[in-house]
Amino acid sequence: MPTPILMPALSPTMTEGNLAKWMVKEGDTVSPGDVIAEIETDKATMEVEAVDEGKIGKIVVSDGTEGVAVNAVIAYLLEEGESADDIPADGGEAPAPKKDEPPKEEPKQEAPKQEAKPAPQAAPAPSKSSNSGGRVFASPLAKRMAEQAGIDLNDVAGSGPNGRIVKADIEKAMEGGAPKKAAASESAAPAAAPAAAAPAAQAPSPDVPGLPSYQEIPNSNMRKVIAKRLAESKQFAPHFYLTIDCEIDELLKVRKDLNAKSDAYKLSVNDLVIRASAIALKQVPAANATWTEKAIRIYDQVDISVAVAIEGGLITPVIRDAGSKGLKEISASMKDLATRARDGKLSPEEYQGGTFSISNLGMFGIKDFAAVINPPQGAILAVGAGEQRAVVKDGALAVATVMSCTLSVDHRVVDGAVGAEFLAAFKKLIEDPLTMLL
Amino acid sequence: MADTQFDVIVVGGGPGGYVAAIRAAQLGMKAAVVEREHLGGICLNWGCIPTKALLRSSEVGHILHNLDAYGFSAKDISFDLKKVVKRSRDVAKQLSSGVAHLLKKNKVTVVDGQGKLAGTSGGLRKLEVTKDGKAVGTYGAKHVILATGARARTLPGMEPNGKTIVTYKEAMVPETMPKKLLVIGSGAIGMEFASFHHDMGAEVTVVEVVDRILPAEDAEISAFALKQFTKQGMKVHTGAKVHKLEATSKGAKAEIEVKGKKETLEVDRVILAVGIVGNVENIGLEGTKVKVEKTHVVTNEWMETGEPGVYAIGDLTGPPWLAHKASHEGVLCVERIAGVKGLHPMNTDLVPGCTYCRPQIASVGLTEAQAKEKGHELKVGRFPFIGNGKAIALGEPEGMVKTIFDAKTGEMLGAHMIGAEVTELIQGYGVAMTLETTEAELMHTIFPHPTLSEMMHESVLDAYDRAIHF
Repeated sequence: MPTPILMPALSPTMTEGNLAKWMVKEGDTVSPGDVIAEIETDKATMEVEAVDEGKIGKIVVSDGTEGVAVNAVIAYLLEEGESADDIPADGGEAPAPKKDEPPKEEPKQEAPKQEAKPAPQAAPAPSKSSNSGGRVFASPLAKRMAEQAGIDLNDVAGSGPNGRIVKADIEKAMEGGAPKKAAASESAAPAAAPAAAAPAAQAPSPDVPGLPSYQEIPNSNMRKVIAKRLAESKQFAPHFYLTIDCEIDELLKVRKDLNAKSDAYKLSVNDLVIRASAIALKQVPAANATWTEKAIRIYDQVDISVAVAIEGGLITPVIRDAGSKGLKEISASMKDLATRARDGKLSPEEYQGGTFSISNLGMFGIKDFAAVINPPQGAILAVGAGEQRAVVKDGALAVATVMSCTLSVDHRVVDGAVGAEFLAAFKKLIEDPLTMLL
Repeated sequence: MADTQFDVIVVGGGPGGYVAAIRAAQLGMKAAVVEREHLGGICLNWGCIPTKALLRSSEVGHILHNLDAYGFSAKDISFDLKKVVKRSRDVAKQLSSGVAHLLKKNKVTVVDGQGKLAGTSGGLRKLEVTKDGKAVGTYGAKHVILATGARARTLPGMEPNGKTIVTYKEAMVPETMPKKLLVIGSGAIGMEFASFHHDMGAEVTVVEVVDRILPAEDAEISAFALKQFTKQGMKVHTGAKVHKLEATSKGAKAEIEVKGKKETLEVDRVILAVGIVGNVENIGLEGTKVKVEKTHVVTNEWMETGEPGVYAIGDLTGPPWLAHKASHEGVLCVERIAGVKGLHPMNTDLVPGCTYCRPQIASVGLTEAQAKEKGHELKVGRFPFIGNGKAIALGEPEGMVKTIFDAKTGEMLGAHMIGAEVTELIQGYGVAMTLETTEAELMHTIFPHPTLSEMMHESVLDAYDRAIHF
């Protein structure tokens, strides 16, 4: 029987995605590893590879289709000897059995094996700390409906016997804003004018009298993820903020000197901030931590998520093991990640995980700001612009280039003293940059 | 003096009322039942149970008349109707005293008489009880559950006389077996009496005003049943109107119109089975906020009426009018009063329905037409008795199991069966639907061989084009 090719789940949070482009057409022969389609997820564009050999019998979901649910049939692969006539009339309905033909299995039966490519395992960082791995009790129907609607059963409260999740609970969850198909294109919205490529829906009359008319820009997947995660962060992580001023004249000088030595790299202040943060976290490992209901996790490795603004939102590519990487390496990988992030070409393992975040708005002239913690991480460092300020040195006014940094901390994980200790270590490295070259 | 103050008083001791009272007692409430006639209500005394006893007799008769098929022969087969009826009454009596015992065991007070709401006093609902017009006493309760049931509906111009034109109650205790019987109404009650009399040798005609018999069932099942009854020799007129019905010296005469053609039927007896009306009279609803619509009390999903502290369950309320629905409501109502956690309102789609004619009919959930109306994309499976080993061995090759699934989610929406013993099978699907299984779990369930239940499996498989034995 024809093998259904299913919409793959490219990340644990992915519930639906857009089928951006088919790289093959009906009738093409494919071998394992061939790229057959490009799929846009929450944050990136991914390539889908063929797992089996065969001929593309039918493309069910066409180019540019949005909001394709994970595990929906997107195409059928024909094995040798099969023809397009063997393909079920549509994804759900099995065809009327033809005479002298054995009854067919419904295609979904073997589906999981055929996922175009298994989602790359996200880094060890917990993507969902609330899921303690316990069994979720749900009726078979509830499970299937949740799967079809892309609802995580961990997020659903059960109203059945002993808290079992039943159909009614899933229906409630679906009404309550489970991911629904966005009406308009999601990735084509230019950042400067974030009106979606598709015409924005005609604004309905405002709910509140006296409001001017407006345009509605459908929420992209990324926007929904940002909304969900950051709201969750502010709701559950008790934030507190520590600000420190760092003089960076010496750092700017060292950077200039290093950049003058070779054309092979061009270090940015941010690269140095990443390096300093990584070393400071190694010195104060208690700040490189995450809250879970059972325990505080202190990571053995420093993976730094760096916020990068991209069209329609932001993404946080991760510099893995930043503590063991030299400046040149950090700079190179940051450049690569940022470029690919802007092109929407990051793979999930490149932006998932991370043990600490940095957000730098210095280039916009922001003096100082407080960032929202990127859950489930324990802290985020907000970096302001380096600017010349009057400082008092040895009782006299002097001019120095000063960069204010504010650490937002999840108080469940990191206490004030630990946060202060981290910032002190950070400041020391920034102000005496040669020490971070060690 | 006996206790007169209770947490819960139930008015009516039928399958809704006595079950509610026992459940209340289990939950630690002080409970009483007020019953005017028989514990167990219509169900046990004049409905479900005694008819099953009668139908058992007619089934035995049917087998006796077909002994040859099983290798036996017998001569001079006859029956004594008095004994058949007595057996039925004995069964009812035995079970009624069983209910009395259960109530006693659970320390539920039984008050003999007719209960009537009589306002409030001291924060309690008052209930006046009378027996044969004489006062029995006044009782008080925090909660009063009305469970007074229903009775046969009669239509103007078609009034029963208790002799030749009767309702279920007289039909239950016939003194003679009519040669010719007319049954008006082809619902469950009508078809059970028609089937009983037919198998006992009467010439039976059924008239039904709508275009099919057993109108509450799936249309395919109705059609199948019609074919079976016609094949047995029963006369069934659908889309038929009764213009006139009158008693005669010998029996009754009915003028009916079938598809524009008028016809006069002369029969020995007529059984009226044209529905029921709720017993809303003489229970003190006047002047209360209890709302009555079309002879039935209106309640919300927790059986609460418009009057605080007054509830209604069972046949007194809306359809389906079935004993097990009344019992379920009784339990739910009491548990709600007691504040039991995790309750869900009753899903009427999950109330199974059984009709014990020959062939039997059983169903749960939506019919195909209802499911389509609700906008479901369907997968429908069917499996015939002829494909089942046990059915063939029993000599019961006529029947069908039909299953209906939502094509998208695999939710089981309904199951409809006709044929031998299907009333004993339907609860399997009831459990499945209550647990919200999909087709997958039903397919993975191992059904014992050889049983009729295998057809339940095959029907599910057939819905997904995977039936093995057909």
